[in-house]
Amino acid sequence: MPARDDTRRDAPRFETGPAVRFESVGMRYGRGPEILRDVSFELPRGSFQFLTGPSGAGKSSLLKLIYLAERPSRGLISLFGRDTALTDAKSLPAIRRRIGVVFQEFKLLNHLTVFENVALPLRVAGQPRRAYAEDVAELLAWVGLGERMDAYPPTLSGGEQQRASIARAVVGQPEILIADEPTGNVDPAMARRLLRLFAELNKLGTTVLIASHDVGLVRSMDAPVMELADGRLAAGARAA
Amino acid sequence: MSKARSRPADLLPPDAGRDGPLFAVSAILVFLACLCALGAVGAWTAASGWTAQLSDQITIQVLSEDDRDIAADAADAGERVARLPGVESVEVRPREASERLLEPWLGRGGLPDDFPVPRVIAVRIDPAAPPLTAAVEGVFEEAGYTVLVDDHQRWAGAVAQAAATVRYFALALVALLGLAAAAVVAFAARASLAARWDVADALHLVGAPDGFITSLFQRRFFLLGLKAGLTGAFAAALAAAGLAFAGGAAGALFFLPSLELGWGAAFIPPAAAILSGLVAAIAARSAVSAALARRWS
Repeated sequence: MPARDDTRRDAPRFETGPAVRFESVGMRYGRGPEILRDVSFELPRGSFQFLTGPSGAGKSSLLKLIYLAERPSRGLISLFGRDTALTDAKSLPAIRRRIGVVFQEFKLLNHLTVFENVALPLRVAGQPRRAYAEDVAELLAWVGLGERMDAYPPTLSGGEQQRASIARAVVGQPEILIADEPTGNVDPAMARRLLRLFAELNKLGTTVLIASHDVGLVRSMDAPVMELADGRLAAGARAA
Repeated sequence: MSKARSRPADLLPPDAGRDGPLFAVSAILVFLACLCALGAVGAWTAASGWTAQLSDQITIQVLSEDDRDIAADAADAGERVARLPGVESVEVRPREASERLLEPWLGRGGLPDDFPVPRVIAVRIDPAAPPLTAAVEGVFEEAGYTVLVDDHQRWAGAVAQAAATVRYFALALVALLGLAAAAVVAFAARASLAARWDVADALHLVGAPDGFITSLFQRRFFLLGLKAGLTGAFAAALAAAGLAFAGGAAGALFFLPSLELGWGAAFIPPAAAILSGLVAAIAARSAVSAALARRWS
């Protein structure tokens, strides 16, 4: 993994509390049924955690709450010790910049090259191109996309798109890394390589939460596992 | 060199399918707005000219009376009024000049010599220190003949009022066209955002503030509005020049504002182009901000 400056631009200097804390959180879309019910857990800073469960259990919805794409219908969510419900809306983008997300559907922009897609969080954060060009190129080489950095997403395979999405998630050295089925489209060798990337980021202090229903992937690392079933965290699941 | 190292790509993809019609509509609106504004300026300039002409002149009619020599009376009236302070020149016009003024009603020539035709005295006065109408009338109190003094104020007021009406009407039209342009751009901006929610969502999720996303649309629509404005304003300037030339050459615009625009009007087309860009930018910003707030509130 490329060596990079560990400065976290958006992080306040003094913060207490876990990276993520859910307390009796419920969530529903519109007036539909509750997708998540009474979900409570904590992710300490620097922890590594898996989130498992069958399709439709609510894994992606739980992740959306963490990366602030959705709001809970009840309960309390705090990120970096701050209650998100009480956080000024203008502060939310800065919190989002501290969270890297690997989306299940990648969310790459088809009119931008792989390089531009991966550099997007840095560009949004206001960094000049000359400051990140080398790092982005190095990261792309590391995930095996060094030769495809000028390619556009529609010309990439599913695995290549997934790797580009992962590179975009980690390029800003996030304090929390959330990955939704991050190895679903890559071969076993690349999956191991990507897990090693997540582990190395974790060693640098990044809190990692990986949602996956791949039992082999989950067992390959000695990390705590939370299991969601029917919108609830299963009793007996290991939390960090 | 890799493209990755060169200039950053636009975060918003081009909206080739929508930009063309919006450009045309905006250019046409700016064209019409420019013509209205130029028309208002032309009307104002013409009215100012007419008013100025009327306000530095007084017309005196010496009426014909039995047993009096009207030519002598007219000469006497001219001498009397010439002595007044504030009078710059006096022209006692001959009977033929009065007959020409009556031609529309009485026909050309053929008036009998004893037909009572008043004599007209054109008095040019100092506009800065004009003599009072009452003072002019006063010099004829013991003259022994009858005169009518017309200081043209009634006409000057009517002309100024007509010019103001034309100007306000034109300004109202310009405002309406501006509102129409803003509405069209706001609609287009919302359509553009609706087509590119993938971009807005991706930027939002990597931590872009709403202002960052809004500024992308604002910049795009400002440039589009500016280009459309330049096109429309250039066409309007050409049309105005053509109208002015046609009016001047053929006298076709006798009763219309004669488009004597002056140098001040030269600023209208470029100002309209810039205003077009600003209106487009503000409309786009407002529409996109509202849409983002609704989506992520």
